[in-house]
Amino acid sequence: MEEAAALKTDATLEIAASATDPQRRKLGRLILWGGSLILVVVIAAQVLDSIGAIDFGFKTWRLVAYAYLLWSVALGASQVLRRGEPGLRALFILPAALFTVAVVVFPTLFGLSIAFTNWNLQAAAGRQFNGVDNLVTMFHDSFFWNALLNMVYYMIAVVFEYAIAFGLALLLNADIRGRRFFRVLFLLPFMLSPVAVSWMVGKSLMETRFGPIAALARDLGWSNPAFFTSPWIARISIEVMDAWIWIPFILILLLAGLQAMPKEVTEAAQVDGASSWQSFWKITFPLMMPVSVTAIILRIIFKLKLADLIINVTFGGPGGATDTVSSYIYRVYRDRSNVGYGTMLAMVYLVIIIVFITMLLNFVNKRMQKIT
Amino acid sequence: MAFGSAAISIGKDQSLRGGTRLTLGRILIYAALIVWSFIAFFPLYWTISTSFKIAPDVTQGHLIPWLDFEPRWIGWRSIGLSPDSIFSTSTVRDEFLDRFGNSVITALGSALLAVLIGSLAAYGLSRFTYRFLWLRNKDISFFFLSQLILPPVVFALPFLVLYKELALLDTTIGLMLLYTLSVLPIVIWIMRVQFDTIPIELDEAAMVDGASVWATFFRIILPIALPGMVAALIIALILCWNEYFLASLLTSTDAKTLPVMVASQTGSQGINWWAMAALSGAQIFPLVLIGIFLERYIVKGLTAGAVK
Repeated sequence: MEEAAALKTDATLEIAASATDPQRRKLGRLILWGGSLILVVVIAAQVLDSIGAIDFGFKTWRLVAYAYLLWSVALGASQVLRRGEPGLRALFILPAALFTVAVVVFPTLFGLSIAFTNWNLQAAAGRQFNGVDNLVTMFHDSFFWNALLNMVYYMIAVVFEYAIAFGLALLLNADIRGRRFFRVLFLLPFMLSPVAVSWMVGKSLMETRFGPIAALARDLGWSNPAFFTSPWIARISIEVMDAWIWIPFILILLLAGLQAMPKEVTEAAQVDGASSWQSFWKITFPLMMPVSVTAIILRIIFKLKLADLIINVTFGGPGGATDTVSSYIYRVYRDRSNVGYGTMLAMVYLVIIIVFITMLLNFVNKRMQKIT
Repeated sequence: MAFGSAAISIGKDQSLRGGTRLTLGRILIYAALIVWSFIAFFPLYWTISTSFKIAPDVTQGHLIPWLDFEPRWIGWRSIGLSPDSIFSTSTVRDEFLDRFGNSVITALGSALLAVLIGSLAAYGLSRFTYRFLWLRNKDISFFFLSQLILPPVVFALPFLVLYKELALLDTTIGLMLLYTLSVLPIVIWIMRVQFDTIPIELDEAAMVDGASVWATFFRIILPIALPGMVAALIIALILCWNEYFLASLLTSTDAKTLPVMVASQTGSQGINWWAMAALSGAQIFPLVLIGIFLERYIVKGLTAGAVK
């Protein structure tokens, strides 16, 4: 794909000049048709080979990937040859678009096709179409619904993360010395990988015998601290770790919002005799609304993907109490190798996410219009 | 004159009162800042210090080196990275360096690829009007950004099967493609904002001088947008370096990344605390350095678009 870009910079000027040259346009069409033909032939050969009609001796489908790459280059070249200047402009967006189509659209369609099968990688039978069986199983799968309910709890916790982050952002925005030092320190948890955090915090700091947090809990009067054995405490422990990693992210967004706010506004309120409490709720908070909404929505989107902490600290336990949908699907695959069912769950989850995010955005847009 | 002095005395009075309230407020502010600094930093300190502790120091909860316990290279020796073991052979170190290399290649490769194609797309969307079938600029932007909500689970299992067919399972290239996909929306978002802030008159001036769109992009716009690209690159690097979910599903031996190695160690019972602490410490070390020295770019990247 990048080759197309390089190819065209060389010939840039002269091509732009001769955009309407019919011979060039013919050549452009020829290249595109040639590329498409190769792609179709390769796919056909692969399909025939895989169903056993003709044996070409293909071991993998990699040739199709190469053919797609070639076709992408042909498409880019023909754009330039046929359309001149607009073609050159199209080249900016083509690599990203073709890449995204290749790695999102095809696999999603493929995923849909395996979601309706009983494909188990350990079973010898291979995959068989089983209609809506997976959906029926899903409706009776209490673990899946439990995981969805957990997602609701984790979503609600975003409000607390936001409140803490806002407080910290106000602190950093105050007239203090060493702001950069504190900002670097506060940002550090965001840099750490969840896998490392699950050992650093989940498995050592919260370890029941020697962990400092357990020791602290004992000092505070909790005689037998255990952070991952009862459902609610386990859920909260996971949430605390996740919040610890992600609060810096919200904090940085809010801090930028606070710093972009004109100082005159709050100063004017102070002159008018407003207390700092009043001026926060009447002025700062409403003015920060757009930034807050962006931060919260981004945080929700990332939270919907939460899995690695749970996989590494509790593996969903106790009894699925800490499961997110992602970690549950991971377990379905790891424990049972059930690709068909796992994919169906993932697809259903995707639909739920799309509906949820769309509703959220609509709601926010309406409310924001009312405010402004 | 009388009015003047009255006004001055009132002014003094207010500033004095404001001053005392401010000092109390300031003490509270610094106290809160220090408390949160402690919360943010303690797990890191604990991990580093534990990698220097022998078993009794861990079980008795010793915290301060030289006062509480005598630091030793014990954790780092167990992964072959202490001064006395660095020149002798160590299978653990070989594995660690192998995984470290995989992580570096995967993260750098996918971040660079994402910044390359993402910047091109962002520039195009910022400057030109496209029409593809019924799709306009707005729809194309939305198409790219909407990939952000795709959770990795949705494509993990299909890719597992797909990669088996393509012989890309357990390869760095295969993992890189998926990482690129997952950071591409963020890169496009950041770069779009960067290009939007560069005045279009610059492009027009270059075009009038006879430069083509691509020459304009590479010679005029790219140098200006470079800090933004660095910011996007670093954000992408962080996300790719820390990714675990896809790596654990799609790699097994050859292309395994560092998070997968760390996770497999935590899974095994009875692993030594000091070894685990050293391993975790080594895994987060590069990003801690980035966080300290390139914090400016991280903030720039994260806040692009959130604040206009």
